[in-house]
Amino acid sequence: MEEKTSFWSRITFSDIVDWTLIPILMIGVVISVYIWLLLPIEPGSMEANIIGDPVSGFSNVWASVLQHLKLIGISSVLAILAAVPAGILITREGFRDFADIILGVANFGQSVPSIAILALFMGIMGIGAPTAIFALWLYALLPIVRNTATGIDEVSADVIEAARGMGLTNRQILFDIELPLSFPVMFAGIRTASVINVGTAALGAFIGAGGLGNFIITGIPLSRERMILIGAILTAVMAVMVDWILGKIEDRLVFRRE
Amino acid sequence: MIKLEHVTKIYPGTTSPAVDDLSFTVPTGEICTIVGPSGCGKTTTMKMVNRLIEPTDGEIYVLNERGEMQNVLEMDPIILRRNIGYVIQQIGLFPHRTILQNMGTVPKLLEWDNTRIRSRAEELLDMMNMPHEFLDRYPHELSGGQRQRIGVARAMASDPPVMLMDEPFGAIDPINRNLLQNEFLRLQQEIKKTILFVTHDIDEAIKMGDKIAILNANGQLEQYDSPAKILSEPANEFIEDFVGADRTLKQLNLIRVEEVMDKKPFLLQSTQSVEEALQVMDEEGQDYAYVVDSDRRLQGYVSRKDLKEKSGWIDEYTTTAATSLPITMNLRDALSEMLMVDYSTICVVDNRDRVRGTVNTAMVQEALMETHSSGKREEV
Ligand SMILES: Nc1ncnc2c1ncn2[C@@H]1O[C@H](COP(=O)(O)OP(=O)(O)O)[C@@H](O)[C@H]1O
Ligand SMILES: [Mg+2]
Repeated sequence: MEEKTSFWSRITFSDIVDWTLIPILMIGVVISVYIWLLLPIEPGSMEANIIGDPVSGFSNVWASVLQHLKLIGISSVLAILAAVPAGILITREGFRDFADIILGVANFGQSVPSIAILALFMGIMGIGAPTAIFALWLYALLPIVRNTATGIDEVSADVIEAARGMGLTNRQILFDIELPLSFPVMFAGIRTASVINVGTAALGAFIGAGGLGNFIITGIPLSRERMILIGAILTAVMAVMVDWILGKIEDRLVFRRE
Repeated sequence: MIKLEHVTKIYPGTTSPAVDDLSFTVPTGEICTIVGPSGCGKTTTMKMVNRLIEPTDGEIYVLNERGEMQNVLEMDPIILRRNIGYVIQQIGLFPHRTILQNMGTVPKLLEWDNTRIRSRAEELLDMMNMPHEFLDRYPHELSGGQRQRIGVARAMASDPPVMLMDEPFGAIDPINRNLLQNEFLRLQQEIKKTILFVTHDIDEAIKMGDKIAILNANGQLEQYDSPAKILSEPANEFIEDFVGADRTLKQLNLIRVEEVMDKKPFLLQSTQSVEEALQVMDEEGQDYAYVVDSDRRLQGYVSRKDLKEKSGWIDEYTTTAATSLPITMNLRDALSEMLMVDYSTICVVDNRDRVRGTVNTAMVQEALMETHSSGKREEV
């Protein structure tokens, strides 16, 4: 039997730093921004209308944060739902020939500049959140498909051979062996895609999808630095936090080899 | 029992068969080694038995637990594989699963409950002389040799009557390989599985096999026989070449010292007096004699020269023997031990260090001459 040590006694200083440093830094940044919002502003300006009043300004900012999260949340979840099965499919016997086609489509999504994709689909789907979500979805496919397929392909052939030789069905091999073992690589793809999406979603404001990009595109023509910076800083904070949270989930879920 | 009848495999896109019209039968409880040059179809042959590869032609039968010969080509491959142990050189342990979970793979598929799986896993660790703590470890926490043992244990988990082993010790260093081979042979004495054992090493094939199937580069069976037969009566030049010019020496692998030793050796008791000892040595015409205690445990040896004109008890003049041979040692190893020390005669002892006989090079030579001339020496 393993020795029972208390949970608290096993926590080291570096654990504490690891768990708190980034969130504390980010909370610090957000609080600084909020205090900055309270500083006096030229009355009657556009800036004041949006974020001038600490109370309505805050709710304005908060609504944009939620809208931004909605854009990336929906697009990332839909991308996972489409890309993971696609990634699995192209590693299956008989479907390997489709790998190039599927990866090609995903590659196309990735290599076209995000602003161009938005413009392209605005022409087809009109303005608004659905178009932005669709573009973000397309944009997130490649890293996830590619990493899912790579992760599965990297599972040692010997392990698969042993599993097959012991009488596991193809389904059991996929769910019990290939997916758990390829999960770290797959999850890294999901993390990359989500973080990229936070930044790309800021462009959604151009086609009326809302989100933190609103502050930037409204601020630029009016030369309101404070607005532009709030949009930019909060987008960056969100990207860092999404990466951090997914990183922590990864640590939790991913089986540690060494 | 495993029975192959005219089994042929032609891979798609190739014209010449990888395995060509192979027929042989592995009797129940025996190890059959398949050996031959690289690419001769050993692995292909083995994988056709559990249908990881489908034969192009021919029939394969396996005796199941209920004593029925089953045509594997008529069985569900998944069910078939769950009833055949499978070990590969690369082991293929699941890195994300503990040793217990690894060993429990097939039992779990067969829907054993967890208590039964755990006690079976513990039993297997005992058989392998490994501690139960290993159950909760992960494969990367074990050494190569330990992982290989777990690989073998995993294949035996549901106690299948038939096992397939593809170069199971091929990736292990020579010293550990020898250890694993010996352990496995000892284990096989108890478990008596019917085993198809692939190797590219003729020495391993001779050592591990009750029967050896030798294939040529075209995937055809050149000879199927006991190791002794293959060494003493190679069917053709291919076999002679494959087995090697030292095949006479290799035959020594198959004979144990027990079979050739002098079972009633001349021994002295450590409690005898010098006077008495000298007298019997004169009578027997011996210059040296091994000395044992009342339990026949080896104490050393005395020489007539040392005893001459001395008095008292002989244990005072006894020199420790540099070596002794375990009774189960094969003659080849015994011979190399003998050549290392300059004793003309060496004691053979059992596992409690009791002297059971003595052996000298003349006896080894005699055994060699005998196998050579008769050429019909049956297996030991
Ligand atoms: N999947 C395959 N497709 C085509 N040829 C194969 C395949 N597997 C093995 N072979 C060929 O069949 C022959 C026998 O292979 P194998 O049974 O692996 O040999 P061994 O185990 O004796 O080294 C080799 O010539 C090899 O190249
Ligand atoms: Mg092989």
